[in-house]
Amino acid sequence: MGGHRRRSVKARILSCVVLALFIVAMAGCSGSSETLILATTTSVHDSGLLEELLPDFEEKENATVQVLAVGTGQALAIGERGDADIILVHAKAREEAFVADGFGKERFDLMYNSFVILGPASDPAGIGGTGSASEAFTRLTAELPDAGSSFVSRGDESGTHSRELSMWEAAGIDPAGDWYRSTGQGMGSTLTVANEFQAYTISDIGTYLSRQEQLDLQVLSGDDPLLFNPYGVIPINPDRHPDVNYDLATKLVEWLTSFETQERISEFGVAEFGQSLFTADSEEWRASNP
Amino acid sequence: MNDAVYSLDDIVMRYGDREVCRVSHLDVPPGSITVVMGPNGAGKSTLLRMMGFLDSPTVGDIHFRGELCTNGSEPSLAMRRRVTMVFQSPALFQRSVEKNVAYGLEVRGEENVQARVTEMLETVGLSHLAKAKTSTLSGGEAQRIALARALIFEPEVLLLDEPTSNLDPESVSVVEDLISRIVKERGTTVVLVTQNVFQARRLADRVALMIDGTLIEVGTPDDVFTHPQDARTDAFVRGVMVY
Amino acid sequence: MNDIWQGVQEAFSLIFTADGEVMRIVALSLAVSVSALVLSAAVGIPLGIWLAFRRFASRRLAIAFLYTGMGFPPVVVGLVVFLLLSRSGPLGWSGWLYTPKAMVLAQVIIAAPIIAGFTMVAVMAVNRNLRRQARSLGANNLQVTMTMLQEARVGMLVAVLAGFGRILSEVGAVMIVGGNLKGSTQVLTTATVQFTRMGLFERSIAMGMILLTLTFLTSLLWVLLQGGALQES
Repeated sequence: MGGHRRRSVKARILSCVVLALFIVAMAGCSGSSETLILATTTSVHDSGLLEELLPDFEEKENATVQVLAVGTGQALAIGERGDADIILVHAKAREEAFVADGFGKERFDLMYNSFVILGPASDPAGIGGTGSASEAFTRLTAELPDAGSSFVSRGDESGTHSRELSMWEAAGIDPAGDWYRSTGQGMGSTLTVANEFQAYTISDIGTYLSRQEQLDLQVLSGDDPLLFNPYGVIPINPDRHPDVNYDLATKLVEWLTSFETQERISEFGVAEFGQSLFTADSEEWRASNP
Repeated sequence: MNDAVYSLDDIVMRYGDREVCRVSHLDVPPGSITVVMGPNGAGKSTLLRMMGFLDSPTVGDIHFRGELCTNGSEPSLAMRRRVTMVFQSPALFQRSVEKNVAYGLEVRGEENVQARVTEMLETVGLSHLAKAKTSTLSGGEAQRIALARALIFEPEVLLLDEPTSNLDPESVSVVEDLISRIVKERGTTVVLVTQNVFQARRLADRVALMIDGTLIEVGTPDDVFTHPQDARTDAFVRGVMVY
Repeated sequence: MNDIWQGVQEAFSLIFTADGEVMRIVALSLAVSVSALVLSAAVGIPLGIWLAFRRFASRRLAIAFLYTGMGFPPVVVGLVVFLLLSRSGPLGWSGWLYTPKAMVLAQVIIAAPIIAGFTMVAVMAVNRNLRRQARSLGANNLQVTMTMLQEARVGMLVAVLAGFGRILSEVGAVMIVGGNLKGSTQVLTTATVQFTRMGLFERSIAMGMILLTLTFLTSLLWVLLQGGALQES
């Protein structure tokens, strides 16, 4: 008799656990009606901007936006395959090609910020004083092989990496050698590596500010149009991939470029870092702020 | 006996507070076959293991060829190598038959291994199995190989724990012949545990009877079987001799 | 489907034309993996044997720790090694972070318990009677141990193979402590992640195919090594 009771208690506990797991699993599934897949870069994701903005959009449209944070190359590839409904990257030339090739319907300006050149406080290559980015890169090439420091590149064909490569090109150099390290990873990891080696690197301002406290690296660059970093958002072309949620993607674009959201974008980061991470730049915003 | 191979005095073996073997006195004469008999769980295997230096008694003395072995330190390797034991189920190594037989020579670093292995295999009548894998052997073949393995290095003492209880009649014969031969030809001392009274009668020079872990009687087969001194021996002989 | 097939074809051409980058990655992977395996086996096999044979007071506790080590999430090992070797960590002065040394270290910590655990089980599985028998045939302590190990050789080979499989397939820990630096710490697994992230699928397929081939070749080698032993059991 005792055996029976013990068995049924065990069975009850087991079914409660299974039920609980089921409920948790179900809760994980969204109850909302629509899903939008947004492919973006890791730096955008890491800045936290989307986490800040998207919930309001999701509530307004009763939808879920699933953010895929990958490298720029992969984000564009995902867009090409129609595995996302909309992409948000910062590689203008590649974005324009993307639209020209018919993968994207249209490119919309969203916001911009600046890349920064980072390095150790001791600045062995002495690029701190130079205002010009290309001069900085020239000095790096000249000094680094002997300076006991190095340059850490993302090496992943991301927006940041593409910009870095164009800087080397502008300085007329093909970087190679022991002083040039390539991580093939995202901005966060690359900053960690640069910090460990006390090396130079180039970063988007957002990731740098959010990691600033843990890093022993300083901003050594000044204002330079070469470091200008514009972000664009592109809905995937439904003519190319009929399955994409074009309507919802369009709504997201409208919402992101709207005055209210742009205002929030321009304030993002001020409270925490004392400066905003992005400057609003949609067409609508520019119209209201000439 | 002064020339006894083994001389056991006041031996007690205990595991925890369980007494498994008690021998007040036992001498094993050289070049003889001593059969240890008794009901199951009677401590016979334990006794054999002590003689084989695989276990030490909790208390008591064992003298091997006059040398004391139980003075706290382990018996020397040299001494251990003069005695070998064959168990009820042959523990053959996972290698070929001939490599098994060669084992005892190899660990002693002896020479002329291949020739001696071949000879030994012939002696046990299993030359054709030299290269065979041990997993393919029948029970009788395996036990004969185990015996070959034990005899190849010509030990002074051969201890056997129920060597033929699982074997077919032909193998039993081969094994018994071999045992008799080595005693006659080499003067090997044999101590054999068996339940088989007929085997005891065939082989034994002396019989030691153990009941409930205690040695109660020792003597020639005739003494023990026909004219037992102890009432328990009598009961055993009458009651259990039904093979 | 077309995409995948195309990727496979391009991967083949990368491999058979001995593409420089691919070859460098393979060479480094092998160097790191084999070093890690040798060190893990050097630590793990004796440890496994010792735990199998020795009886001591806290043996069960030690075995529990070993089992924990076997199942421990490798990426956490990577994290711990990273924190130790980082500039701000206690071993930062070594300069090992983001070098193959750190990768080997992490992989040894991950694989040694696996090798030890399987070795221990293999040795314990050897028939106890064989130990007694070997002693009875005149083997000294060292010879007995060697004989027991010979009996356990199939299981021990499997132990080492399991360790190697773990080492070859490790991604997270190796990424964290190695940094996937091109030309110095980029191995097959981390390269696969990188190329996939970058959308360079034909390269990641090439990495995958090489990994599969290496795993298969190693397994083949092992079956050959076990050879006679497998038949005997």
